[in-house]
Amino acid sequence: MEIRNLINITDFSVREIDKMIDLAEDIMENPDAYQTRCAGKKLATLFFEPSTRTRLSFEAAMMELGGNVLGFSSSDSSSAAKGESVSDTIRTVGCYADIIAMRHPKEGAPLVAARRTTVPIINGGDGGHHHPTQTLTDLLTIKREKGRLSDLTIGLCGDLQFGRTVHSLIEAMLRYPDNRFILISPEELRVPPYIREELKSKGVEWRQVEKMEDVMGSLDILYMTRVQRERFFNEQDYIRLKDSYILDNKKMELAAEDLIVLHPLPRVNEISVEVDDDPRACYFKQALCGKYIRMALILTLLGLAKDEMKQGKEEVTA
Amino acid sequence: MNIDGVRNGIVIDHIPAGKSMDIYGLLNLKNLVCSVAVVQNAQSKKWGKKDIIKIDENIPLNLDVLGFVDPNITVNIIQDGSLIKKMHLELPETLTGVIKCKNPRCITTVEQEIVHSFKLADREKRQYRCVYCDALYKE
Repeated sequence: MEIRNLINITDFSVREIDKMIDLAEDIMENPDAYQTRCAGKKLATLFFEPSTRTRLSFEAAMMELGGNVLGFSSSDSSSAAKGESVSDTIRTVGCYADIIAMRHPKEGAPLVAARRTTVPIINGGDGGHHHPTQTLTDLLTIKREKGRLSDLTIGLCGDLQFGRTVHSLIEAMLRYPDNRFILISPEELRVPPYIREELKSKGVEWRQVEKMEDVMGSLDILYMTRVQRERFFNEQDYIRLKDSYILDNKKMELAAEDLIVLHPLPRVNEISVEVDDDPRACYFKQALCGKYIRMALILTLLGLAKDEMKQGKEEVTA
Repeated sequence: MNIDGVRNGIVIDHIPAGKSMDIYGLLNLKNLVCSVAVVQNAQSKKWGKKDIIKIDENIPLNLDVLGFVDPNITVNIIQDGSLIKKMHLELPETLTGVIKCKNPRCITTVEQEIVHSFKLADREKRQYRCVYCDALYKE
């Protein structure tokens, strides 16, 4: 079997992603059917920098598939602290585990890992570069909550310049037809030029705005991220706009009844706690989806998915 | 200015003026024991000025390096005083072990044994991206 890795969301075709989402939903409906699917298999979680949701959801995913987990949760507790290279760490762990999920502060580390071992590598985040399992999580949540991944108006709010989850989600949703994008951010935190170029080249409907209130009523999805004071060049701009990026019940009153609010978490103060009780707040459901999509991903990469999920590598299309 | 003609060797012609020393470094020509002549600011009908490198031996050349510096460069192979082959170049799709990624967040900055590798991102703008971190290469 050809070894597949997940380094970037575009490593998988739209059809493959759709199949993985279907598998995740099947696992949610029939968890008993999957509880021994990975018996005898080991997942190594190599987290060279801290994580709560990503690492624990990978570990919970493998446990619920009947497999075992080994690994470390910071570089201090591995030989990286002694100066061991990623290449050598991966060569070693590849001798012990059947599949590896890793997070590393340096961009491109998972690709280096994939080139040094014959077990599948999953990128659990490499610096500000890619975080494809978060994107899969977002797609599964949207599919479950909205019933589709096309013909949606997606508002992305906050720090759109440095937020890797935002970039990946835009790239992923651009592969589905008729989606529209409203980018809500201060001028200094707008999406990078290459994302704007991509939006232009695909010919989709998109615009940039500064105030969330102006567009709340037209959104199907609101994807929140955190805006940090230190990202502003101008203190007056921060004071003028800071409340615009905090979602509270008053702003939720402006939104459609079938809006869904997503957030990759952790949040600080960008979503008021009062919003948590609103049925449109889906960010904790999103955290739950993260476990199921990772179960589907592990099964797919290990070649243990159901027959209809094992049709080999699809041609990757934009 | 007179430079002896090459009898058996290579003439790298149509190098943009000022780029010959970049090529000299990228091709490691300083390690050669044969004669190497670098001509800077030679007259060119087409470009006004150009650089030329003459190598007095037929050595294997990394054409990707030359194509990366400028795809308009031409490589002339000389044997017994005659031109036996004239090569036109193009921008290489990938560049391995030629240039280095300068993104401080890239894994290549800390893992010494990784060979720096780039892929052509935009042929028109002649832009290359690091295969590891996707950062655009800047001189």
